[in-house]
Amino acid sequence: MAQLDLREKLEILADAAKYDASCSSSGTAKRKSAGGKGIGSTEGMGICHAYAPDGRCISLLKILLTNSCIFDCHYCINRKSSNVRRARFTAAEVVKLTLDFYRRNYIEGLFLSSGIIRSSDYTMEQIVEVARSLREDHDFRGYIHLKTIPDADPGLIHQAGLHADRLSINVELPTLAGLARLAPEKSAPRIEGAMRGLRRDIDDTADAMKRYRSAPKFAPAGQSTQMIVGADAATDRDIVTRSASLYGRFNLRRVYYSAFSPIPDASAVLPLQRPPLMREHRLYQSDWLMRFYDYRPDEVADAADAATGMMPLDIDPKLAWALKHRHRFPVDVNTAPREALLRVPGLGVKAIDKILIARRWRRLSLADVGRLTVSVTKLRPFLIADDWRPVTLADRADLRPLVAPKREQMELFAA
Amino acid sequence: MRVVTLAAEDDFEGWRDAARALAAAQVPADDVVWQVGDAPADLFGDEAVLGGSDAALRVPRRFVELAREVVLHSDPERFALLYTLLTRIAADPHVVDDSADPLLQRLERMAKGVRRDIHKMRAFLRFREVTDDAGARFVAWFEPEHHIVRANARFFVDRFNSMRWSILTPEISLHWDGETLSEGPGASKTDAPQDDPTEAVWKSYYASIFNPARLKTGAMLKEMPRKYWKNMPETALVPELIKGARARETAMVKTARAAPARNSLAAWEALRDEAAHCTRCHLYQHATQTVFGEGPVDAPLMLVGEQPGDQEDLAGRPFVGPAGQLLDRALAEAGIDRGTAYLTNAVKHFKFEPRGKRRIHSKPDAGEITACRWWIEQELLLVRPQVVVALGATAARSLLGRTVTIARERGHAIALPEGGEARITVHPSFLLRIPEEDRKAKEYARFVEDLRAAAARL
Repeated sequence: MAQLDLREKLEILADAAKYDASCSSSGTAKRKSAGGKGIGSTEGMGICHAYAPDGRCISLLKILLTNSCIFDCHYCINRKSSNVRRARFTAAEVVKLTLDFYRRNYIEGLFLSSGIIRSSDYTMEQIVEVARSLREDHDFRGYIHLKTIPDADPGLIHQAGLHADRLSINVELPTLAGLARLAPEKSAPRIEGAMRGLRRDIDDTADAMKRYRSAPKFAPAGQSTQMIVGADAATDRDIVTRSASLYGRFNLRRVYYSAFSPIPDASAVLPLQRPPLMREHRLYQSDWLMRFYDYRPDEVADAADAATGMMPLDIDPKLAWALKHRHRFPVDVNTAPREALLRVPGLGVKAIDKILIARRWRRLSLADVGRLTVSVTKLRPFLIADDWRPVTLADRADLRPLVAPKREQMELFAA
Repeated sequence: MRVVTLAAEDDFEGWRDAARALAAAQVPADDVVWQVGDAPADLFGDEAVLGGSDAALRVPRRFVELAREVVLHSDPERFALLYTLLTRIAADPHVVDDSADPLLQRLERMAKGVRRDIHKMRAFLRFREVTDDAGARFVAWFEPEHHIVRANARFFVDRFNSMRWSILTPEISLHWDGETLSEGPGASKTDAPQDDPTEAVWKSYYASIFNPARLKTGAMLKEMPRKYWKNMPETALVPELIKGARARETAMVKTARAAPARNSLAAWEALRDEAAHCTRCHLYQHATQTVFGEGPVDAPLMLVGEQPGDQEDLAGRPFVGPAGQLLDRALAEAGIDRGTAYLTNAVKHFKFEPRGKRRIHSKPDAGEITACRWWIEQELLLVRPQVVVALGATAARSLLGRTVTIARERGHAIALPEGGEARITVHPSFLLRIPEEDRKAKEYARFVEDLRAAAARL
């Protein structure tokens, strides 16, 4: 193989990393580079430094150390049997690229993953070395997200956590049968075992930090995971249920959903057609209902179609749930408790907080609510305000066309 | 009429002091004119405000935080609007809690705009490296929408503390030498360096991390509006990336379709194994097992039935019961070797109603057909048959995604989205249920004819 220059390697190894949806640089400890030492800072909130035409944010330099891999997972462009061009960065090259980009304010930090070469431990060692060098040799205080190899030695994973803000291990597929088909060399119990180990380390460190402040930080932005949607037979109900179980058991910060997309040189095992991107969007909305709107997992799953287990694509899951539970509506914006307001389609958490403060002093009209939200069209049938009572709406059988958004354009490549 | 002249566009302290004095003197908002620096004085302004009033005016902290942000907004009315709100708060402190109030709503929107601009400056500002006598220096040109530059300086000092840098904007320049921050006058774009070799590397990254199979330009534009594009090097690539995206995805799918399937047998076996655990609909709860399709994975002809019956459910193979035997006979008469065709069902679990000791076949509903369509799609994509024969209305519905009247659509080809064509005929169990012998014979002959017509298309 001809010698590749740094830019060619970057093209190959960024291309190989783009199927990982995670890009967040938020939720870590605050740091800055004061006193002329070190470089970088982190705020509570991450920063997206650019957006690509696929709508995804570019916050971190997201690359693989190498796209060579001894595994042959069918959904992966980097699988052993794929004929993509292979490349490999040295640790020093990744460190330099990260710093060069960071100094020009292109990125918040680094998201490093890798194909598995030689062994899991060897690969993990290389990943840890990049993070160590950034932190120790260059005093880098920006964000670092490391992908963790499930089978690597727990000692190595622990070292990774001392340098990184966030660690992640991908469960890859929502169902065990799907994992067996598409990633026959990966094992769900080993993946979950590694996630359990991470949770233990994260919890222990948080505990220690309560007792003495100098305790070493371990992955202060926690752990996350990703699952591919549409490559196995999982329904939305299956996926929501699986996510809830992962959140609960491993205390994850985020579960990322990545709509399977066609890859060059695809394996025949893989479906050729991707699911509609809207499906991915509905799953994120379902995820938010659990994390920010106090829905139980079974309640979110209930928004899915009873027969097919799929979330409707034309309306969001919150609206779908409300239409199935009309007896819970309308709720009175002036008296209802927070839990009830959280169920109203079209009312967000921020608007609800403002409503709760504002209504202490006076009664709110529909126009008042309109000023606190984006639009009242969707919430009108579900809400009672001082001058508004939807007497008949919630009983109407044809409520759905009134509140469902008009479909403006067919999705490109719709299946 | 009072005139207040503030020192700068972002002079929060000046506004606060003047507003405090005016409010203490109960000057109505209509009587105050606010201006900045040496802007021309209002023609009717005749009384200047004297600062230094120490009248205590207690305002909620929330208002102060709001004012601090709103002052940075580019709207010339901001000082007057804030003062109007302040006079109302002096009368009733709860006004600040009422976000539904039109004035407060307007100010909160302005504050939000300011916060967003601050955030976007942190996100979209790009440094270029230059070298001078003291070594590397980083210079950026940025055009904010509001007067946020000074307020945003701390962020860049904290982040790029060990670097020497300058941020040039039309109103003000900031310079950090590694120890102190200094201010200079506004600059122009030509004062900033015009290139940096690292930008080419960054652009390569931007183009490579983009996934052409998922174009979502609306989402991109929402977060990265065009007004910021002119000072971001990577955005020059956007039009071309969008233009090429569709072609790249289509090419990927096409190549994959055209490529000789290298491991389709393994892929089919894996699919069958996954289907054995299917719980996509509730039918798995009472059926014995999943009955997956069978036949060569490169079969040119695929036959799709409705669902496994009692015997298929027990055997785990499609078309082994009475209807299957009838199908075998018809296939033979039509000159088709069953062993060369791929046989499967629209629904892969047996649906039945228990009646005593017997299990009576029950028609799958639309939801069950849709739930199971995932498997048919995978089978179609793997086997890639030239002709698919839908046996009965359930199979036709599954393949075409709509209700189908067999009598109307029988006898001609319908193109399938997965490639190949579908032909529609009756299910063999329909023939078994016809009581009159002569009609049965006639329908059977038609069925054989349909199969023969399908085989003729191969």
